[in-house]
Amino acid sequence: MCAKAARGGEGTSPSKYGKELLAGFYRTMTTIRHFEQTVEKCFLEGEIPGFVHLYIGEEAVAAGVMANLRDSDYIQSTHRGHGHAIAKGADLKRMMAEIFGKSTGSCKGKGGSMHIADFGVGMLGANGVVGGGFTIATGAALAHKMQGTDGVAVAFFGDGASNRGTFHEAANMAAAWGLPVIFVCENNKWASTTPYRTTTSVDHIADRAAGYGMPGVVVDGNDVFAVYEGARSLVERARRGEGPALLECKTYRIKGHFVGDPEKYRTKEEVRKVFEETDPIPRFESAVVKARALTRKELDAIDGEAREAVRLALEFARTSPEPEESALFEGLYV
Amino acid sequence: MSTITFAQATLDAMTEEMARDERVFVMGEDIARQGGIFGQFKGLADRFGTGRVMDTPISETAIVGACIGSALAGMRPVADMHFADFIGVCFDEVLNQMAKIYYMFGGQKSIPMVLRAPDGLVNQAAAQHSQSLEAFFLHIPGLKVVAPSNPADAKGLLKSAIRDDNPVIYFEHKALFSTKGEVPDGDHLVPIGRANVVRKGSDVTLVSYSMTMNHCVKAAEILAGEGIDVELIDLRTISPLDVGTILESVARTTRLVIAHEAVKQGGVGAELAAIVAEEAIDCLDAPIVRVGAPFTPVPFARPLERAYRVTPEKIAEAVRSVM
Ligand SMILES: Cc1ncc(C[n+]2csc(CCOP(=O)(O)OP(=O)(O)O)c2C)c(N)n1
Repeated sequence: MCAKAARGGEGTSPSKYGKELLAGFYRTMTTIRHFEQTVEKCFLEGEIPGFVHLYIGEEAVAAGVMANLRDSDYIQSTHRGHGHAIAKGADLKRMMAEIFGKSTGSCKGKGGSMHIADFGVGMLGANGVVGGGFTIATGAALAHKMQGTDGVAVAFFGDGASNRGTFHEAANMAAAWGLPVIFVCENNKWASTTPYRTTTSVDHIADRAAGYGMPGVVVDGNDVFAVYEGARSLVERARRGEGPALLECKTYRIKGHFVGDPEKYRTKEEVRKVFEETDPIPRFESAVVKARALTRKELDAIDGEAREAVRLALEFARTSPEPEESALFEGLYV
Repeated sequence: MSTITFAQATLDAMTEEMARDERVFVMGEDIARQGGIFGQFKGLADRFGTGRVMDTPISETAIVGACIGSALAGMRPVADMHFADFIGVCFDEVLNQMAKIYYMFGGQKSIPMVLRAPDGLVNQAAAQHSQSLEAFFLHIPGLKVVAPSNPADAKGLLKSAIRDDNPVIYFEHKALFSTKGEVPDGDHLVPIGRANVVRKGSDVTLVSYSMTMNHCVKAAEILAGEGIDVELIDLRTISPLDVGTILESVARTTRLVIAHEAVKQGGVGAELAAIVAEEAIDCLDAPIVRVGAPFTPVPFARPLERAYRVTPEKIAEAVRSVM
């Protein structure tokens, strides 16, 4: 069966965008990349405990979607949440400190990587439970509607999460009530060790949107322009009160499911090939340089700043104190 | 006897029971291709095929519901919950369907099914991947609940659970999977509903189960050095509780301490303490003491998780307090 979902955002030329937006895309993507590479290294060296799921290779999704959002818009993230938090404007130092389990972390060291959150910028939390975010994002959108704002909420989710009942319940409720929520699927082809098509009934998750009476759009999730354009029309629609939508971003999980995953279910060769061909960052670089929208030098400057910001975040995390034991009993009730 | 890991003991139980009864099958996330995230299903799909060892969508509601349905239609399913925490997703299927069907429909059909639930603290996995939730299920009539502490019981209880005609929740502590122990050869069964006195003693009864048993063994050793002779009981089954074994022990020792990793408030210890208070308060020479986790979600940061844990030292201290 062919896709009923619309295709969005192809063949967009970078030259039609202002420098500021382009620089923003690049800053977000490179910051996420450096942040994640740093986290990976620190985890492997034993500095970071717990479970860590990396966003490497999927940066264009967070960067493209979030460029359409304001601080007052909400997002609900997943276990793979660092990229969403960074793109939404979460403080890098407090994020890194949280991942290190320090008292200066955004959750005071109580959450860690799987529970990264920064409510001050509308980042309502990563979630350790797959599919935990759909209904919460729907509720945040309901609040926007009840409060009479034109704000929206975005629920990020994986292809695997689309098989949770919560996806279907939230999609129906959002559509029935015309709520301003955009369900953004990051279809990275894998749900943990399982290839997505072996446990999922459709080729395109966006096809499921039709069953709930909302638009479903498929974009190349490794093309930040395609993601940006796809999300833009759906966010604008939601702001106008025209209800929810589903955006499916086709991407690929470059790293193991979690740091330390032996990855016995696929070959290194397969992964290397996909990464070489589709890595969103070099794709963006060559597109903007070719269109003379940004110069190599400008890109290098942004990349250098991102690297430095991550270095400072790491230093902050490393030098921050661990929580006092007494903090265990703090913050259970207000 | 052979010395094998806890994970291998559960795998042996699955293999033997699937070979013995072709109605037995298993479904869950990442179990066929991957062999389970803790290696506890390794090779099972090679042996029995993906028709009986099934990788599912991330759909815990449908996993448990479909297992119940298949049981009604003559199968004997085993469902893997990945992490015990995710039972939250399918709580209706567990609470209102799996536990109720036999009684509510007047005994027309029982649900011979096992829910395997890896639980407990490991590697600072934080609030949604570390919980011990057995007390919820102790509160639900119609369910059986077991929680082995060593490879031999892991095998024997899983085999008994698969053969039981009632729904059984099988809690397996994630930190136990790699631990080794001796397992009897052959068709080794451990009866559900029977506690095990693992150390005879005369001064105080110490009751525990699952991972915390290991801490209790250490605590008993420390206390022996101080001249306190601990009788140590491994519950093994949380529901139905083996009340007889505990009352018999307390009648001799006159003191009772209960230790578990789960939150102390409303935990298994609370039920045990109430039973002993009701049935045997006259035997007691000291207040009953419970050791459990504080009343907070599991925190992430190292010092907080450390403070949260029930340790041999905390257990030994609790025992000293009743002497
Ligand atoms: C309810 C629930 N079931 C299972 C898991 C274990 N788990 C964590 S991530 C994951 C795979 C998620 O796949 P997907 O939604 O596609 O996101 P991706 O990891 O590919 O970003 C699984 C099975 C979980 N955390 N929560």
